[in-house]
Amino acid sequence: MSERKIIVPGEVIVSGDEYLPGEGTEKDGKDVIALRYGIAEESNKLVKVIPLSGTYMARRGNVIIGKVIDITFNGWMIDIGTAEGGFLSLMEVPRYVDKNGLDEVMDIGDMLVAKIVGITKRGIDLTIKMRGLGKIEEGMIMKINPNKVPRVIGKEGSMINIIKEGTGSNITVGQNGLIWIKGDTIESELNSKEAINFVAEKSYVKGLTEELKAWMEKKKK
Amino acid sequence: MDGEEEKMTEKFKRPDGRKPDELRPMSAKVGVVPNADGSAMFSFGDTIAIAAVYGPKELHPRNQRDPEKGTLRCNYSMLSFSVSERIRPGPSRRSMEISKITEWALEPVLLIDRYENTVIDVHINIIQANASTRCAGINAAILALAHAGIPMKNLVTSVSIGKLNKNIVADLSKEEEDWEEGEGATDIPITMTPNGELTHIQLDGKITDKQLKEAIELARKVSKEIYALQKKTLKEACQNVEDEE
Amino acid sequence: MWRMKNKMLTANITGERIKQYLAKGKRFDGRKLDEFRDIEIETGISKHAEGSARVKIGKTEVLVGIKMDTAAPYPDSPDKGNLMVTAELLPLSSRRFESGPPKFEAVEIGRIVDRIIRESKFIELEKLCIKEGEKVWNIFIDIYSINDDGNLLDAAAIGALIALKQAKIPKYDEKKEKVIYGEWTNNKIPLSKDIPISTTIHKIGDSFLVDPTREEEDISETRVTIGRSGETIHSMQKGEKQFLKIEEFYKVLEISEKMWRDIFKKLDKFLK
Repeated sequence: MSERKIIVPGEVIVSGDEYLPGEGTEKDGKDVIALRYGIAEESNKLVKVIPLSGTYMARRGNVIIGKVIDITFNGWMIDIGTAEGGFLSLMEVPRYVDKNGLDEVMDIGDMLVAKIVGITKRGIDLTIKMRGLGKIEEGMIMKINPNKVPRVIGKEGSMINIIKEGTGSNITVGQNGLIWIKGDTIESELNSKEAINFVAEKSYVKGLTEELKAWMEKKKK
Repeated sequence: MDGEEEKMTEKFKRPDGRKPDELRPMSAKVGVVPNADGSAMFSFGDTIAIAAVYGPKELHPRNQRDPEKGTLRCNYSMLSFSVSERIRPGPSRRSMEISKITEWALEPVLLIDRYENTVIDVHINIIQANASTRCAGINAAILALAHAGIPMKNLVTSVSIGKLNKNIVADLSKEEEDWEEGEGATDIPITMTPNGELTHIQLDGKITDKQLKEAIELARKVSKEIYALQKKTLKEACQNVEDEE
Repeated sequence: MWRMKNKMLTANITGERIKQYLAKGKRFDGRKLDEFRDIEIETGISKHAEGSARVKIGKTEVLVGIKMDTAAPYPDSPDKGNLMVTAELLPLSSRRFESGPPKFEAVEIGRIVDRIIRESKFIELEKLCIKEGEKVWNIFIDIYSINDDGNLLDAAAIGALIALKQAKIPKYDEKKEKVIYGEWTNNKIPLSKDIPISTTIHKIGDSFLVDPTREEEDISETRVTIGRSGETIHSMQKGEKQFLKIEEFYKVLEISEKMWRDIFKKLDKFLK
């Protein structure tokens, strides 16, 4: 299979004994069939479908951005955009938390950067015990399609770094599609938001890095 | 067919001049509701349906959650002004039945085992009606589900096959639904996968086994056109796909 | 349920940013505080309706359709036709809306649109009498949300206005005393010349703005919807929970007058 192509569920992507069915596909005889709407690609005979859409699927180790939606006796219930909720236990906070003072540490409506440490039937367990994690004090939150996150980040952060340098903002991209932007001025935050939307909307265009650089140059004027 | 029957079918003309196997002009589009996880519009001639998908998401109340798989929940409703005589707002028995039929027409292809305890809501609204509304709704719904990234074995296509007196035709219009000559109209909405697997079939009227088989074969034939449009719509929604650097 | 509501509201910090920006006279999408998003209008979007319109304000979209039928008049207005306005917040249009009986938000939209149309006497109901005391025309305005990105209220009011302007009266068979649906006369619904437009002004912090996006509407502290035709005010409703100083209210009135003029200009070609 030579090219990446857009595929719809039920379509045969490629046919042959040598191909192996990867994510988003299944094999039926010699046919590798797509099970999702997305872009089919093959490498080393492994065929998979990169989804263009769909809600975020939680994975252990992912850094995500969530919102506190409720407080219980021993922690905070966090919405991270998945059907099952996230939970941050007060044991997963890097300082002592008084059982009666949970809302003083984080209240309903507050946003935080957290890491997924476990996925169980009950829900998704989070921690903020590492550097770079914790309550978000100020800035702006925006949302993109979680499937576009790899593109917005770019190879080893190449894409997001162009935006950070170009606007002078700090940007944290959650794997769940939520993004935290904090800049010196509101203008720089809005510029970052615009740039991120630019990349997310054009995610499959060739030469996007160059296009982005050019677009950001124009914006500066 | 005897001589008299032959004469009748020769003289037979559909009110809008279509051939028996001719569908009304169709159109489809995805992404029509920006807020939704997936959405689509589908039309057969004057019949226009829009569908929006929200999910998989938490299902409330808890006691309705299925611990083994995700729950598909369809809700079909017609806008009050979509038909000649205004429909009073609110659910009707007909819309409840069509909602359930739609769920049954879609679920066999959906792969929602790994979404246990969640719900996938599909909302279908008919903007303008000229018969075949449930079929247009199902066609819009499957597009919206694919657009929302829900995994599925295949798309499904839905079409109404009719028998007008003794003639089998594809894609009934309202005028044809109200056909009164001879044996009147028989309405057969059918949904199937491109591999010929039926997920939904209903029938109202009077028909022999032989004619019913003819109807199903006609459905199989015209479904190819509908599938081609659905595929094209999904592919065109994502343009400029080229190699990443 | 309360968790679900919290899930969906705009985050606190984004709300803070919106307020900070507003205090500087700016908005996320670059608009001025008294500026509407782009308004897109399409008429005749549903052919069985006597009149219909699709209104898009930014990403917010509503569909409005007019249907008519005949019935006996109300005893206290034997020579007048009747108006009924209903709004439905379709679950299709937002993850915040669920199926079921109408929630207050939908009821409020219906009632506010009804108020501006009725109080401005935009529809000349006395001209919708077929036979005094026996038969009059009923006009049903049905409003549906298709996508909610804030300000469904004003989109609904604009939709009703345009749909009415465009609507034609169906044929009526006097002998059988029945409406012939699907066939229309060339007569439009009798409407007055003055154009009633309803706009909502929101207060966030010390700033007043119009046409909020969903995020802005979530942090709106109080709002006033004012229906006018030019200099005449026909309807008003203050909503949400905060105070409005009297001086601030006068400012709101001023803004509503400007908005009437701005929107009137934008709708110009559909109002001929």
